[in-house]
Amino acid sequence: MSLTFRAAVKDRDLDVSLEVPHGRTLGLIGANGSGKSSVLAVLAGLVRADSGTAVLDGEELFSARVWVPPHRRRIGLLAQDSLLFPRMSVVDNVAFGPRSQGLSRPAARAVAQHWLIEVDAADLADRKPSELSGGQQQRVALARALATQPHLLLLDEPLSATDVGMAAMMRQTLRRVLAGRTAVIVTHHVLDAVLLCDRVAVLEAGRVVETGRTEEVFRRPRSDFAASISGLNMVRGVATGPDSLVATDGTVIHGEPDMALTPGDPALAVFRPEAVSVHRSAPGGSPRNQFLGPVTSIEPQAHLVRIQVGDLGADITADSVARLAIDVGESVVLVIKAAEVSLYHG
Amino acid sequence: MKRRVCALVAMSGLIATGCSNRPGESTTITVFAAASLQATFTRLGAQFETANPGTTVMFNFGGSSDLVAQLQDGASADVFAAADTVTMDKAVAAGLLSARPAVFATNSMEIAVPPGNPAGVTSFVSLADPGIAVVVCAPQVPCGAATRTVEQNVGVALMPVSEENSVTDVLGKVISGEADAGVVYVSDVISAGDAVDGVPIPTADNATNDYPIGVLKGSTSADDAGEFQAYVLGPEGQQVLAEGGFGTPS
Amino acid sequence: MNRTPRLDVPSWIFVPAAAGSLFIVLPLLAMLTRVDWADLPALITSPGARTALLLSLKTSTIATLLCLVFGVPMAIILGRSTFRGQDVMRSVVLLPLVLPPVVAGIALLYTFGRRGLLGGSLEAFGIQIAFSTTAVIMAQTFVAMPFLVVSLEGALRSSGQRYEEVAATLGARPTTVLRRVTLPMVLPAVASGAVLSFARALGEFGATITFAGSLQGTTRTLPLEIYLQREVDPDSAIALSMVLVVVAALVISLARRTARPA
Repeated sequence: MSLTFRAAVKDRDLDVSLEVPHGRTLGLIGANGSGKSSVLAVLAGLVRADSGTAVLDGEELFSARVWVPPHRRRIGLLAQDSLLFPRMSVVDNVAFGPRSQGLSRPAARAVAQHWLIEVDAADLADRKPSELSGGQQQRVALARALATQPHLLLLDEPLSATDVGMAAMMRQTLRRVLAGRTAVIVTHHVLDAVLLCDRVAVLEAGRVVETGRTEEVFRRPRSDFAASISGLNMVRGVATGPDSLVATDGTVIHGEPDMALTPGDPALAVFRPEAVSVHRSAPGGSPRNQFLGPVTSIEPQAHLVRIQVGDLGADITADSVARLAIDVGESVVLVIKAAEVSLYHG
Repeated sequence: MKRRVCALVAMSGLIATGCSNRPGESTTITVFAAASLQATFTRLGAQFETANPGTTVMFNFGGSSDLVAQLQDGASADVFAAADTVTMDKAVAAGLLSARPAVFATNSMEIAVPPGNPAGVTSFVSLADPGIAVVVCAPQVPCGAATRTVEQNVGVALMPVSEENSVTDVLGKVISGEADAGVVYVSDVISAGDAVDGVPIPTADNATNDYPIGVLKGSTSADDAGEFQAYVLGPEGQQVLAEGGFGTPS
Repeated sequence: MNRTPRLDVPSWIFVPAAAGSLFIVLPLLAMLTRVDWADLPALITSPGARTALLLSLKTSTIATLLCLVFGVPMAIILGRSTFRGQDVMRSVVLLPLVLPPVVAGIALLYTFGRRGLLGGSLEAFGIQIAFSTTAVIMAQTFVAMPFLVVSLEGALRSSGQRYEEVAATLGARPTTVLRRVTLPMVLPAVASGAVLSFARALGEFGATITFAGSLQGTTRTLPLEIYLQREVDPDSAIALSMVLVVVAALVISLARRTARPA
């Protein structure tokens, strides 16, 4: 009981294969326009794939010969906007699915009440959608999607319309209702992915470029996007020894390999910006990893300051910035201890 | 240049031709005439133009009452020919005529049927058969009033399927075959040619309209207008009218 | 209601705009000056006038219902699906909007008239349309339908399909989606389209007189009565025109009210 999915949509330049084991949640991450929402649309039956097939719980959703229309797929969709039917009360919105499945009015309402309780929105039952906050609307939309007992739940950035305070609550609710459910979540928040997804797939330009267990992907990203949303510096190169690689620009990086690298194999070096120190000139003691270059930007980053030098970022305190008296365009030396660099096979 | 202005003004049909009649120069006279006169007056106008080189006759055909309304509202024309005396009397009462109008023709009623007479209409009485779709003019307009008179003369009440505003609308419904029969003027049956057949109404039962013509007060070419009126009343005009199915006034 | 700051329009534009409004208002005012106020009540309650007004209201109401029955599905097909020849269908549906009504009347005549394309077959079934109230309703429906279709199709296009998509993922069959989501969403447009159709049907003249004829109580609607009275009794024609202006004004204000979103 699971989802296997492979689809190509020519005019959206999409060609994606995915698998979601039964009861598991897959996160789809990627930059805007990478095709995440298109994957959901194809799954829900709102967009037709030019080729490919999808099987949910052993039943073909679409293939060259088969086409199951959206209303018979048993796939729930929670879009970015809650899209609650504006003229119906909250409870009628949630009862819409059960009603459409043939339940009587009272029975459908009972189901709706149950799911409203489940998402902590029982007190909103008699309101109109226009009287709800964005977070409340999203909660009700979730109850509405769940009330049809979908075999697969699709969530498209479910927390984007929710303000920060409410997001934490909604995230808890999602964690609870997603347990044991087969689901696909589109997100570009690491936190959502880490808390809600068993596995993630990274999309770039309509292709899956990386997939794996969530913590694995964020700890040891292989795609630029995964590295960037993890807030990590990533350098691609070729292994020169068991614990070193040479980047494409010739810089050699030493680090701590998970497993000894084989020279000549592609390899990745990953390190946190906080572990990078910034100097006006090469410091003494000849550290093993140093990068020379002009500062491209200086931006606040949480409680620190991000010094960007090309692709690499260093997070240092404002105090350090003042002491160094550096400005954009000036050359600096970035230094990173080998012990702070993860090296792994790319 | 002046000639062009004259022509343009005349073409507008409603505006007086403000051009004086000098020898060798062209004149235009505008004639407002009842719709039932369209076929005969168009012919007459052409003949008149041939007989009077340099003179152009422009026509505005319409329902007689409508034409009076237009004249009252300031439309300028030289000659007015109406389909009945009642309407002409209105024009006279409104002070539109420059002299007493003269009756130049009479017209009586006839039954028009689609070619071949599919419904088998034989007489005015047979029009009362509920199976026959008869179209007449509304009693408020001259041809409808005449139809009413025939009904009274014959002693039959028609149950028309439609009462049209003008005799041309009645004829149209017969030509298209929508109606089995329509009560129209004799002249209409003749001008419609092969498009309809006629079933005559005996003279004793028939109603006769007098058609009066007169020169309008507002005419700027009163001489030519008078000539046109004389032409209509004269032998050439009378012959064309007779060929068009109109009767000669007694 | 959120107030958006209004951008200034160039001041010269008020001159042609005022001229345009005047062009519409002045003739109506001119008609008012000709109304015979003393006899007005008698004129508009004469049997001929009452019969014509009632017939007009009755036929326009039925025509509006027919516009709904056939126009709503047409608008949905045009606004919610894609098929070959859709653009052609859209143009054809709009055609009566630009055709002179008399042409519409002639077209109907050659279709449903006794000698028309379908007239013979209809007559074989004992259905006679010529000179009947049915003919009036058909003429009105023919010219009024585009108003409903245009208004509704526009609303469908601008409302987008996202609610319908959600409804489908909730298991609603296309019929359920239409009934519970699409139609409630575009109800204001349906209402205003219906009101416009009604107004157009009420004012229909050319197609009616060409196709249906003119007989008191059967086919002589208010505009036809006005046209007839104009020949003989201008005062009565003006009085009845006033009735039609008032009814039309009521209908339009009603349409504007219903068109405003809830």
